[in-house]
Amino acid sequence: MTFEFSFNRTAAMVRRYWYLLMSSWPRLLDLIYWPTVQMLMWGFLQMYVSQNSGYFANAAGVFIGAVLLWDILFRGQLGFSMSFLEEMWARNLGNLMMSPLRPAEFIVAMMIMSIIRLSIGMIPVTFLAIAFFGFNVWSMGLALVAFFINLILTSWSIGIFVAGLLLRNGLGAESMAWTIMFLFLPLTCVYYPVAVLPGWLQYVAWSLPPTYVFEGMRALLIDHVFRADLMLQAFAFNIVLFGAAVFAFLRLLKSAREQGSLLQGAD
Amino acid sequence: MDVKPIPAISVDNLVKRYKSATAVDGISFQLPAGTVTGLLGGNGAGKTTTIAMIMGLVTPSSGTVAVLGAQMPKQRYHVLHRMNFESPYVDMPMRLTVRQNLSVFAQLYGVEDIKGRIASLAEALELKDFLDRASGKLSAGQKTRVSLAKSLLNRPDVLLLDEPTASLDPDTADWVRTHLERYRAETGATILLASHNMNEVERMCERVIIMKKGRVEDDDTPAGLLARYSRETLEDVFLDVARGRDREVTA
Repeated sequence: MTFEFSFNRTAAMVRRYWYLLMSSWPRLLDLIYWPTVQMLMWGFLQMYVSQNSGYFANAAGVFIGAVLLWDILFRGQLGFSMSFLEEMWARNLGNLMMSPLRPAEFIVAMMIMSIIRLSIGMIPVTFLAIAFFGFNVWSMGLALVAFFINLILTSWSIGIFVAGLLLRNGLGAESMAWTIMFLFLPLTCVYYPVAVLPGWLQYVAWSLPPTYVFEGMRALLIDHVFRADLMLQAFAFNIVLFGAAVFAFLRLLKSAREQGSLLQGAD
Repeated sequence: MDVKPIPAISVDNLVKRYKSATAVDGISFQLPAGTVTGLLGGNGAGKTTTIAMIMGLVTPSSGTVAVLGAQMPKQRYHVLHRMNFESPYVDMPMRLTVRQNLSVFAQLYGVEDIKGRIASLAEALELKDFLDRASGKLSAGQKTRVSLAKSLLNRPDVLLLDEPTASLDPDTADWVRTHLERYRAETGATILLASHNMNEVERMCERVIIMKKGRVEDDDTPAGLLARYSRETLEDVFLDVARGRDREVTA
């Protein structure tokens, strides 16, 4: 089997999603609406709590930081899955599957789009966080880069897996695209330390790459220490998760060809 | 030494079984390059599944499909750039303009002069007036012409058409057929056409394969079928096959 990758075909797909995004202002608004609402809600909650608790007064920004990083994870996956869902809603999957576009090119195009969507949604919100709460996520510097890489890798892995489910099961699996990441919300300890979880659940939490990122963020904001060891562990888990997601996607695509799901599109 | 040319499409003992149903049940045929063949059959006869297997969208349960010498779906990337299709089961993204849609597909198919190719198709298929209109805002006839343009973007050697004129008014349908005939005459492409429109098949196809319950029920030229069934039209032949009436085999 030979592996061939065309940047030209990948660029064609990115162009297709870009046209779609630019053709619809509600789609653009949607990218920024929820991150803004979330950031404001958690920001004000943090203000209130910090006025009544010495611990949180010292840990300024831990909630806002958590919500911004959570949005990278959640919106990254959603941005990936939305691109895929757009093809299913448009009944365009057959056209693409019949074209010379390779699965790897399709996946890379959706990864690029997830970063573009995330940038449109998140960058303005980070500036709003500065304006409203004086919390500057950019001041994390290189740590933010490490957090971002690990979170976006996880979001892509989940997005790839969901795309496989959609290929195999049609739009009947659409709800997975919207809800699957919420399973990570309690388990990856976005808003509280891993130590809060019961002992057995901590093993589950530590098997998920984002847990290391959120622990790392708290170490940075509360103890002012950058835990490179946590980032490396997260990266190692991410490599395994990404490989597993690609494997699952290819198996589900094979199964979709066997079951004729690519023709149907919907369930 | 006399070398036999490779058929454009070769289907050998092809079977597709789903859990409880057999959609295609051991069919075989070969389509020589440059021919136009009609694939007829009632609903559920297995036409769409057959075409999907030829396109590599569905994996056969057993048997083989080869397109331009490449085994499908395993070697599909060797030939997908030389194939294309049109089907009512797929659509173009509705929010994109016709020009945007065509240019994205042209890039996917590796078309070299994208602007030139779109301009020439717009001229030939009369798309110029709505090239910059969103695809979702087109009439059924305009959408079909755009789909046809998409299917011809890469000047395919093998063109698979699944009900290309379904839901079109007679004038637009005739217009589409004329264009397809011209394309075949100019390029020597091989066309496989699944249709319920017997007039269309009679007019365009030099060979007709009739499917029923996943099997090839008959396979001949339109004239041969009419003679053997002692019928005036292919529609009557189709009804004879669909209703299981005995044919008068004269051959």
